[in-house]
Amino acid sequence: MTHPSLSKPLHRLAHGRTGDKGNRSNISVIAWHPALWDLLVREVTEERVAAQFAARHPSQVTRYLLPHLQAMNFVLDEVLDGGVNDALNLDSHGKALSFLLLEMPIAVPGELHPYLAGRAVQA
Amino acid sequence: MTQANVLRIGCAAGFSGDRTDAALPIVEDLIAAGRPSVLMFETLAERTLALAQLARRDDPDAGFEPLLDELLRPVLALCLQHGIRIVSNFGAANPRGAARRILTLAAELGTRTPRVAVVEGDDLLGDVHRPMLERALGQRLPQAPIVSANAYIGAEPIAEALRAGADIVVCGRVADPSLVLGPAIAHFGWSMQDWDRLARATMAGHLLECGSQVTGGYFADPGFKDVPDLAHVGYPIADIDADGHCTISKPAGTGGRIDARTVKEQLLYELHDPAAYLTPDVVADITQARVLEVAVDRARLEGVLGHERPPTLKVNVCFEAGWFAEAEISYAGPRAGLRALLAADVVRERLGQQEKIRVDLIGVNSVLGDDGNEWLPSAGKDRDKHERQMQALHDARDVRLRLSWQRQDRGDALRLTREVNALYCCGPAGGGGVRSAVRARLGTVSCLVPRDAVRTRFDWVA
Repeated sequence: MTHPSLSKPLHRLAHGRTGDKGNRSNISVIAWHPALWDLLVREVTEERVAAQFAARHPSQVTRYLLPHLQAMNFVLDEVLDGGVNDALNLDSHGKALSFLLLEMPIAVPGELHPYLAGRAVQA
Repeated sequence: MTQANVLRIGCAAGFSGDRTDAALPIVEDLIAAGRPSVLMFETLAERTLALAQLARRDDPDAGFEPLLDELLRPVLALCLQHGIRIVSNFGAANPRGAARRILTLAAELGTRTPRVAVVEGDDLLGDVHRPMLERALGQRLPQAPIVSANAYIGAEPIAEALRAGADIVVCGRVADPSLVLGPAIAHFGWSMQDWDRLARATMAGHLLECGSQVTGGYFADPGFKDVPDLAHVGYPIADIDADGHCTISKPAGTGGRIDARTVKEQLLYELHDPAAYLTPDVVADITQARVLEVAVDRARLEGVLGHERPPTLKVNVCFEAGWFAEAEISYAGPRAGLRALLAADVVRERLGQQEKIRVDLIGVNSVLGDDGNEWLPSAGKDRDKHERQMQALHDARDVRLRLSWQRQDRGDALRLTREVNALYCCGPAGGGGVRSAVRARLGTVSCLVPRDAVRTRFDWVA
């Protein structure tokens, strides 16, 4: 029988880190388990990431795939309000932005649930 | 691996202001292993150099890493005694000043006199370089006074200084990974066109350059990514082999963790196209790279490829950009969010609604919004979104309002702090804890210049 898909936040499937150069942010998304890789490639697209960051108005979102590392790299242009020297915001490096991406809801098929990360309450 | 064909490099700082107690455990580990080894400090970021240039403007002897003494004092004698070379960019805007300070420190500690080399040529401030910057920047050339202009230079002068017998190499704005590549080139004698090997050691440098970020620092996420003894996280050591592959470890007895996850996060940190990581030395390609967990707290990076280095060097130009003011006040309890929003509206109206004033309601939204304040309920057009935002404001019980703006004139910038201060008596009920600050602001533009236009060299400082 097939197991139902349940919506899970991306941080149950992947971890990541933000870096910055000027007004550009890059965020890695790294599969917790190789079994989750194909789902991540299918679900965490440039379009969905751009939508997740709509409030920051990225001028471009580019996704790079690294299948040997089961990782992807997102490059988001012009999301730092000018960058570390220009922005008026508190987190002028955008260091916290990886967790905005990791909030994204993903429909996870039941058979992949055993590979999800975290000892947090299964929701 | 035999002793002869491995170079060990430990990194004891990943930015200016990093912990200063990391070096001693690394140096003890390097001594115990007894291999040819190097201690590296990376203390420059995009902004640090401009700040160093400003410091040097006020005091000609300043402008290098302010924590130089704290970083070096615990290990300088041990390194000199055991032949551990020290390579760093803590010269910042004044490598010669840093070198002289190191010689003084060595004298104070009673060590033998070290051979200290400085690497120069990155600093492009000054009239002679002005036409090149004008060509490279065109319309983007800042009208305001330029504070710093530095090219990211590569590993060659570091390697030359080490080959010539330097105990300590002090650099300014070399590219961070070059601090590892330089010693590797000097040790293994690689050609400067051996792109694969250069790229591998460059990525080893990339893993080391942020200090503990590869050993569990900046990684912990309770319940998901637990890190043992983060308070005493160990800093990384790379064993680099004759082909440039590296294995990352950390000193015994230190906290932190090294596994495929910590290494992958750092491998991708501040990277754009993984097929083309641009450095002054090589274009590194990690699309075929693999990370292997070879033992507890030991991970190996393999499969990095290299391509011919770019014909240009990146230059960061920092310029004076007016003043930045920010001020904060707290509201708590019932309707805290609504009172904080009212306070923001009062200040914005008094300063002129048309001005760009950033509003943060810390506890509701202070990271995810943008400088345009589009997330604020009063600015929203989407009805559902408006409802959600109003609900968030209703739910918030502990909110700190933060307002910030930037002005060309300092007196003008101060108006924001005065208006927030006035909220004590004139604002909504229950506001307290005003803090404010006004500081000089730096702008940055970057450009590319022809490699040949930047002359790098090393020199001895006595």
